[in-house]
This record gives sequence, structure tokens and C-alpha cells, in this order.
Amino acid sequence: MPAATADCLTVAGSLKQTGTALTGHCKKPKQLMEDPGNNQKINRRRFLAAGVRGSVLLGIGGVAALVVKNSAAGQMVWQLNPAKCIQCGRCATNCVMSPSAVKCVHVYAMCGYCDLCGGYFKPETKTLNTGAENQLCPTSAIKRKFVEDPFFEYTIDEPLCIGCGKCVKGCSSFGNGSLQLQVRHDRCQNCNHCSIARNCPADAFSRVPAGEPYLLRQVADDKKA
Amino acid sequence: MKKRLPTIFLMILFAILMLNGYGVQRFPKPEFESGYLQPETLQPTSRAEILGMLDVIVLAVSMAVVTWLVLKKRSRTGVFWASLFSLAYFGFYRQGCICSIGAIQNITLAIFDSSYGLPLTAIAFFILPLIATLFFGRTFCAGVCPFGAIQDLVSFKPQKLGTRLNTVLGLIPYIYLGLAILYAATKSDFIICRYDPFVGIFRFNASFGMFIFAGTLLVSGIFIARPYCRFLCPYGVLLNWISRFSWKHMTITPTTCIQCRLCEDSCPYDAIDMPVTDKNPESRSTTIRKLILICFLVPFLTVLGGWTISRMHETLAGVNGKVSLARTLLQPEKPTDQPEQVEVTAFKSSGIPAARVYAEASVVLKHFYIGSWVLGCFLGLAFGLTLAFRMVTTYQPDYTPNKGTCYSCARCVDYCPVGGNELTPDKT
Repeated sequence: MPAATADCLTVAGSLKQTGTALTGHCKKPKQLMEDPGNNQKINRRRFLAAGVRGSVLLGIGGVAALVVKNSAAGQMVWQLNPAKCIQCGRCATNCVMSPSAVKCVHVYAMCGYCDLCGGYFKPETKTLNTGAENQLCPTSAIKRKFVEDPFFEYTIDEPLCIGCGKCVKGCSSFGNGSLQLQVRHDRCQNCNHCSIARNCPADAFSRVPAGEPYLLRQVADDKKA
Repeated sequence: MKKRLPTIFLMILFAILMLNGYGVQRFPKPEFESGYLQPETLQPTSRAEILGMLDVIVLAVSMAVVTWLVLKKRSRTGVFWASLFSLAYFGFYRQGCICSIGAIQNITLAIFDSSYGLPLTAIAFFILPLIATLFFGRTFCAGVCPFGAIQDLVSFKPQKLGTRLNTVLGLIPYIYLGLAILYAATKSDFIICRYDPFVGIFRFNASFGMFIFAGTLLVSGIFIARPYCRFLCPYGVLLNWISRFSWKHMTITPTTCIQCRLCEDSCPYDAIDMPVTDKNPESRSTTIRKLILICFLVPFLTVLGGWTISRMHETLAGVNGKVSLARTLLQPEKPTDQPEQVEVTAFKSSGIPAARVYAEASVVLKHFYIGSWVLGCFLGLAFGLTLAFRMVTTYQPDYTPNKGTCYSCARCVDYCPVGGNELTPDKT
């Protein structure tokens, strides 16, 4: 039994180094080697463990095979569907980001460039100017610029926008619906389960392929007609 | 007939107006004369997909490195630095998403919802650590998981909790795992992500409640090492069971245990099994009595658990959006000053008939009934088996890491006086 002896010697050697005198325990490896029953037991246990290991591996493979049919080639990202959105204001408060990753996005192609903009002005505004008391946006994130008589261009200052959707509501009630709420993917953390989606009352949030991450409406739908 | 004519005329006019309305904007786009150029609507893209693959590669490489550090180099320092890297990369850079713990829910959802597109990164994050654990033990927990790493950093004064407390608290992850799978399978919620304590820390934007939760875990983590890993982590349940059958697992001693007891207090997680070398093993009749008891107890607890939880399926289903909407709609309308719930407003404006919501909700309830039976049986089985393991005495001669609960952090290795590279007593 050269191996056991070597072990014993190693142990004894290291014990000498550490200054501990527990040489009695040197018997143990010898006992293990000599006891055939004990040896068999270990073998049986090892065999069983190998069997279980194989079946666990099969199980993991099975789960992988089960889900691989659903596997999307790329990442999925969260987006909200403006057609379903009711502008409840929860996008501003429920996002893990502060301010929210949901912002108002202006689809210029749909805009009527109105002087009296339903998204810019409060409903009872008397004078159509950029006075703070006239603005619907709580953070003054919409910029109004004169283009030519009688048209005005509206742009969103995204760092200021908090995604409350007040302007979106105004624009879809009185205008063309060119202001729409969207998850901005430069800000979105792409949480596994979107915190706003969980709280959205209109079920407007869904996972979309990262290749086409926006659900902007480009033309007015029948609801607005 | 004459009286009807104006009505018909009006209707035709209205129909023409309606037809005109389709696809036409309320305020047509102006034709600019000043040469105004209409700006483009910017659509910033998300993180490049290639970076998702990079995450998987970093995961695989860091697992390989930690495994090598634990099993070959037996270096606690190395594991420590590797865990710092993982904390920085998966924690603060990737901001805790996607993680293996949360990936359980993605996988479950993919199994039960064929329309869900499961990202390949989620599959990789779920499966790679399981396979690594099957071969080398829980090295993923040791130095790759950012949750483990952040808790490892604060465990300054770990105290022993005792076997009983460890066993009882160790049952919580089974409940958490079961509930997470139930809610993901019924498409209700991702509770692991919702109650993820550390993601708010990684992103520096925790809500007050989650900040308190994370703070409690980290402060208690000074004395109870890795409280989340041991008493909450649902992925840990899977790793624990898989690790028990691991091919190679780290050992405290490189060669042979000399029973010096130096490592006895080294493990902050109470994961070292003490030697049990009873010279007078329990009598055969006691063993048989125990076996019979276990054979009755485990099935009984399984059925009891299933029955108990299935009684609660309606309460559990309240989390599901469809069920809660149906409940709100079914409530008799009371003349109150409170404004209508925004969910109800949204539902009314969507034009979906209420009957469809009720039908969908009853289907979800049925799923919850089946799911709660499965959940209950699983919990009963887990509790029963835990009890059974408590009853059985396993004899073993040496100090060994418990392959289930050991995180392979390699702390105990430094306490072992037995040298690894010495083959002869002369060589020092």
C-alpha cells in the first residue's frame, strides 16, 4: 500500500511543521483501504451519483429542448402600443428609471402644425403664446417654434420629458395624434419584466423584437377619424 | 316615406363623412412655402445584440476562471477578486439584468406560453450555471453571481445559526421558487424580479421599500453571511440539488483530513459537515421504524401540502391582471364619491365585452387551481424530504463541505494545515 503510506508520511510531515501532535489519525486511510465493505459502498454510491448526474444532464437538456422552440434569435425589448394607451400617467411614476424611460415622441409626419395646439396649450388658454401659464406640459418640455404663418413646429426636449402623457392626451383629443408615448431604448434598462407593464391599466405594453423596437403610429387610425 | 327621406339622406351624408375620415388627419399637413424641412422622428435603438452574446461569453469565462481558482488553485484571494469583477460587470455595469435567478421565470414562461420569444441569452444564463454546478459544484455562487458577491463583501462577523434554524429558514427558497414558477407559468407576474433586493442598489434607484429590504439584507449579512443566497434565492434550490451530485467538488483538504478541527469554524455559511463516527450505530429496529415513518410521512405531507395550497388558489390568483379586472368589474357599483378605477375606464374604452374577460379569468383560475395543487405537493415533498434528511444519520469520517449548501467560496481551504503539493515529508 504505497499510496496510503505516502499519505501518512505527508500528514505526519505537515503535522510536524504545524507543531500538532495528532499522529494517531494516520490509521484512517489504511482502514479505508483494507475494509472491502466500505470500499464497495463508496463504489456503489459513486455509481448512483454518476447515474443521477447523467439523468440531471438529460433533464437540463430536456428543458433546453423544450424552450428552444420558443427561442427568439435576438433580444426582446419592451414597448407600448399608442393605439391601446389611455394616457393614465402611470408611465411617469412606475418606471424603474427616474425620470421615466417612456417619453413623448413627436411623429412630425402626422402633425398639423396648428397654432392652437391641443398638446401644447391648456384647454382654456386665452392668448396663444409660450407663457408658462399656458403650457400643458408640467416640465415645459415641448418647444414651440414659428415656421410660417399660421404654422408652428413643436419639438420635444427629451431630457425634460417625464412621460406623463398630458400632451399626448391633448393631441389625441383635439389634434392629429402626432404626439405619442414610447419607450425610449437609449434610456430603457430592458428589465426582465417591465415595471410599467405590470401597472399598465390598458395592457398596452408588450415585448417586441429589438430589431423593430418602436410601435409609432404613422397615420391616423379610424378611432381618431 | 316622405318623413323618412331626410333621415336616410342624413345617414348617407354621415356615412360619406365617416368614409372620408378613414386615414385622413383631422388637420391636414400644411404645404410649407418657406422651404421648411420636416425633421425626422428619432428612434434611438437599444443595446446592440452582440453585447448580449458578450454577456454570455463573460459568464462562461468567469465561471471557468472561478472553477479553476477553487478546484485547482485553491485560492480564496483569487475567488475574491473574481467576485469583485462579477459584481462590477454583472452588477453595476449590466445592472443585474439578465441574471440566472430571474431567468427561471423566462424559461417557465417559454414552456407555458408558446408565443413568448425567449432570448438566447436567457437560456444561456439559466443553463450554463446548472451544467457547471453539475460538474464542479456551486462555483457560480462563489464568484460569478453578483448577488452573492455583494453579500460576500459585507459578511464581516458571520455567526453560526445552528442546524435547526438553518433547516427551517432553508425552506423559504422552496416557497419562493414554487410561487415564482406558478406566477410565471400563469403569465401573471415575475416576482423574482419584482422583489429583487439588489437590482435597485446596482442601478442606484431603489424605491424606499426595496432600499429598506436590501439594507436589511446587507446589514444582517454582516452577522448572517449571505442571507439572500441561503434563505431566499430560488435558483439556489436548483443549484443545491444539482450540486449534491456534482462530479468534482471542492474539498477542504487537498489530500487527507487529519481531523485537526481547524476548519470547523471557518465556514460562514454553516456548510461544513462535521465527522459522524458513531462506534455504536443505532439499532436495526430503530432504523426500520424511522424508514416506515418516512415512507408514510413524505407522501402524507405531499398530499396535505397540495390540498392546503389548492384551498388558497383564488387568493393566489388575485395577482393576475385578468382575474383582478374581472373581480373589479363584477363588484356591484356603489354610489361613491371615488372616481372610477383607471383599469375600468381603460377596459370600457377598449370595447371588449365583459363576458370575454370573465371567460378568460375563469380559465386563469382553473390554471391556478391545477398550479396550486402542484405547488402544494412540491412544497409538501420538500418539507417532507427535509424532515426525512433530519432523521437519517449519515456516517462520515472527515470534515467535508456539504455539497448542497457549500458555495465553494474556498474560505475553509486556508484553514487546512495539510499541504497540497507535498508528496514526501522531506520536500518543504
